[in-house]
Amino acid sequence: MTISDTRLRTGAAVLRATGLTKRYPGGVLAVDGVDLTVHRGEVYGFLGPNGAGKTTTMRMLLGLIRPTSGTVDLLGEPPGSPAGLARVGALIESPGFYPYLSGLDNLRILARYGGVPRGRIDAVLDAVDLTDRAGDRFATYSLGMKQRLGVASALLGDPELLVLDEPTNGLDPAGMADMRALVRRLGAEGRAVLLSSHLLGEVQQICDRVGVISGGRLIAESTVAELRGQAALVIAAAPLDVAARRAVQLLGADRVQVVGAELRLTAGEAEAAEINRELVAAGVEVSELRRAERSLEEVFLEMTSPKDSLRKDSNDVR
Amino acid sequence: MMFASASAELLKLRKRPAIWVLAGVWLTLLTFFGYLLPYLGYVTGDSSAPRSGALADTLPANLVGNAVAGYALFGGAIVMILGALVAGSEYGWGTLKTVLTQRPGRTSVYAGSLVALAAVLLALVLVGFGLSAAASATIATAESLPLAWPAATDVLTGIAAGWLILGMWCLFGVLLGTLTRGTAMAIGLGLVWALVVENLVRASSAVLDVLGTVQQGLPGVNAGSLVAALGAQGESPEGGTPGVAPVVDGTQATLVLVGFAVAFAVIAGLLQARRDVI
Repeated sequence: MTISDTRLRTGAAVLRATGLTKRYPGGVLAVDGVDLTVHRGEVYGFLGPNGAGKTTTMRMLLGLIRPTSGTVDLLGEPPGSPAGLARVGALIESPGFYPYLSGLDNLRILARYGGVPRGRIDAVLDAVDLTDRAGDRFATYSLGMKQRLGVASALLGDPELLVLDEPTNGLDPAGMADMRALVRRLGAEGRAVLLSSHLLGEVQQICDRVGVISGGRLIAESTVAELRGQAALVIAAAPLDVAARRAVQLLGADRVQVVGAELRLTAGEAEAAEINRELVAAGVEVSELRRAERSLEEVFLEMTSPKDSLRKDSNDVR
Repeated sequence: MMFASASAELLKLRKRPAIWVLAGVWLTLLTFFGYLLPYLGYVTGDSSAPRSGALADTLPANLVGNAVAGYALFGGAIVMILGALVAGSEYGWGTLKTVLTQRPGRTSVYAGSLVALAAVLLALVLVGFGLSAAASATIATAESLPLAWPAATDVLTGIAAGWLILGMWCLFGVLLGTLTRGTAMAIGLGLVWALVVENLVRASSAVLDVLGTVQQGLPGVNAGSLVAALGAQGESPEGGTPGVAPVVDGTQATLVLVGFAVAFAVIAGLLQARRDVI
């Protein structure tokens, strides 16, 4: 999909990162040439295993970390500029608050820093369902409440773009469901949301588009449906070696795997009939040909794990 | 934006129990060692010569010198802890990233916290002077001596000097807290410097000439010289306040302290403005 296609469906870009790279002293390349675009009104899922570079990328987008190279356009402003940050809300990693203060006082302090009217505090406490405990000290909060206070602080400035780094971390199932509902609601209100997660189910449920990061590189950026849509065809055929050879001639070696007594081909449904015809013409008996529905999790693991381990692990084709 | 940040920082300081503990400890030390102890010594001691000297220190006429005597060492150490707590905690609690993503801009956040700290230090100095004046008036009344106060300009000079000394030490704490991105290491290092290193250099200066020159540039020595120039009783075998000695004159001490304060503030500010928040 091209950017202009996406624009038709959503709005203009609120966040655009180009060639974003962070190399730490000592040579560790945490983020490597990430291009990322988030459009107005979309919920963008930033997916990656732990240590893939999600948080470092998000910190660069917000001006907390200076990129080694690359540019960030945050609502038309450079990262970390007050004008841009005034329209952005963020929760990065674990929520950082003053433990000796109540949730309410923490928000009062942040409202002063942000120049936000006090009236917003009640609204955001209500939005995250924390009004009843707002007077208690932050140190006494459960992890879920801390996380919700983090989202409340991100909402203080009534932002156009929300950057939420694993907002469901540490929440119980009910809390996760609430958080997902909240994020969906924020997206429906027309805010853009950039949400990082390593939970694929979560991303599948609430995100319009997904960027997959692994080893510091953005290895895919697409809609959830498109990512899953790189479907696999599973073919039971005999003799298997002949079938495999023919399949490699047709599709190329990188799209053909022999998994147990079956062939697994990276191919869409449109190609199924032709592949079947070619195999039969090559003297292969095709006893079964079915489409393997891939969950986002499978796609993700396939993308983010080294190729050899993938081949060993992939005999679980449904 | 800087004043919004300063008001946020003041709210944090006002609600933070550790700050009240530090202020309480400092004001207690000030009154106890500056007034109560010398007076008790006078009342209960024998009639040797230093007794009357100890009483004279606590009387209203010597308000300025006696009120600032403790600033060089104890007051400095306490506000150094304050500075390290304010700067270092933001890293430990992960609140710096929360604050910085709220909007204000790094320089405003930093400048705001310095303004707030300056206000707190000024309040500490004023309350300290107020307590000292009250203690001194009480002693003079108890001894049926006249209330002979120093000139207002002298009091103002004393307040300004006290503020400068506390500001310099507090900025030292801010710098250490920023450098170490935490409180424990910063406070440890700061105390070792203020209480151990400076004293060692001072003590060794008699045996090694070069240390005599070195000590003239140390922050603590210059703080001690400034309070000595204001009339604080220097360290002597008979007593006096630790850390107080007229090593350099008041003008040089003031200039050196201003220099240190500016240097600490600028270095910490540059670190805050440029460093990655991870």
